[in-house]
Amino acid sequence: MNVKELIQLIDGRLLTSSSDLSKEVKGGCGADLMSDVLASIQPEAVLLTGLCNPQVVRTSVMADVAAIILVRGKNPPPETISLAEEEHVPLISSPFGMFELCGRLYGAGLKSLERPVDGSDCDCAS
Amino acid sequence: MSQDSLFHGKIISEQKAENISRVEELAYDLKVDQVMTRDPATVTPQTPMNVVLELFRTKRISGAPVIENNELVGLVSIEDLIRCLQNSDMQAETQKYMSTKLLTVRNTDYVIEALKMFVNSHYGRLPVVDNNGKLTGIITKGDITSGILKALQYEYHEEEVRRYRASHLFEDIESDRSSLILRYNIKQGDFMHGGAASSAIKRALIRLGANPQIARRTGLAVYEAEMNLVIHTTNGGIIRVEIEPRQISITVSDDGPGIEDINLAMRPGYSTASEVVRELGFGAGMGLVNIQRCVDSMRLESIYGRGTNLRLKIFLPEEEPVGEGN
Repeated sequence: MNVKELIQLIDGRLLTSSSDLSKEVKGGCGADLMSDVLASIQPEAVLLTGLCNPQVVRTSVMADVAAIILVRGKNPPPETISLAEEEHVPLISSPFGMFELCGRLYGAGLKSLERPVDGSDCDCAS
Repeated sequence: MSQDSLFHGKIISEQKAENISRVEELAYDLKVDQVMTRDPATVTPQTPMNVVLELFRTKRISGAPVIENNELVGLVSIEDLIRCLQNSDMQAETQKYMSTKLLTVRNTDYVIEALKMFVNSHYGRLPVVDNNGKLTGIITKGDITSGILKALQYEYHEEEVRRYRASHLFEDIESDRSSLILRYNIKQGDFMHGGAASSAIKRALIRLGANPQIARRTGLAVYEAEMNLVIHTTNGGIIRVEIEPRQISITVSDDGPGIEDINLAMRPGYSTASEVVRELGFGAGMGLVNIQRCVDSMRLESIYGRGTNLRLKIFLPEEEPVGEGN
């Protein structure tokens, strides 16, 4: 699936103009914690997130993210858009929620690009 | 970048978009003089049209300025020739068929001026004159296209040379041990620019010829460390990256407040980040864990009340060094 097809699938609104829409998206990852993204995401994934700050773009550049989808029709601040523009990362806003979007993408054949993490890595509960 | 899409109406990539705007820029940078055909074949008003036909055929041209007493008096084109052929009037003189309503450009004009004239008129070629009105050349849309392509190719070549130089950096310098040191000052609380240094480091590594996995691992590790400086320090800190052909050594240091309990800080999920920071998507307590996962060696030293020093090393594959032209 390329970015253009992805946008159609999620009724998305493209917020940047500098990006290559023919770029292939290999899978997906959904998270609101950037450290979680950095810990588990594999290259060329689409990132679904509810966060709108410029760090979403920075994180995406570091993690070789193919495109960013902002869930629940969020409108990011101008700094986020201009950074995405500068770094050539497609920034897309979709009216749907995280669950709905993950479902749509998974249903369309996108696989998960989150590395599974076993419980031993996290002891928040202890 | 695939070559086809620019010419088939597909959506264009960012690289191509850049090139297109560069093409537009070039139309404003290049002068007519640089792209026109010099010393074009000319005829006189008295030249018979069958001679014009012969000239067009042998020179493979589609138009020629008409000159009389060193003055430009008209232009004869293939369209005029066709009209003449239709009339079976090939013995006629050029002046009977040539156009005398002339649009000309100056050799010192920018190419954009010629482009505008092509757009606003039906002409396929324009005579080029100097400031004294003397003919110096002729320009077609084809001349403009090939002139711009030549300029682009030249620039592309320049970029290639630059990349080549960076990727061979260490080859040209003799020492017992060469390295490249990059330093970045990171401000506390600057969430707007936090991560900019990591982006720059990642880009530098790619220019130096690092493989994408190495660049990604380094970028991820430095990014987490950079955000730690932004989030947790009192006065920000310094990132220092030393790049050698086969290893990357990163030092991230600050002057406080320091980590109270390093073992606790290293525990996945442990975080001292504020609610504000968490709202920004950080403070999941995975930063140091992520860093450790990305690097080959990590040393974290901290004196509570004094500051923190993080030292990281990433070793490059033997067959894929940076700056040695792999």
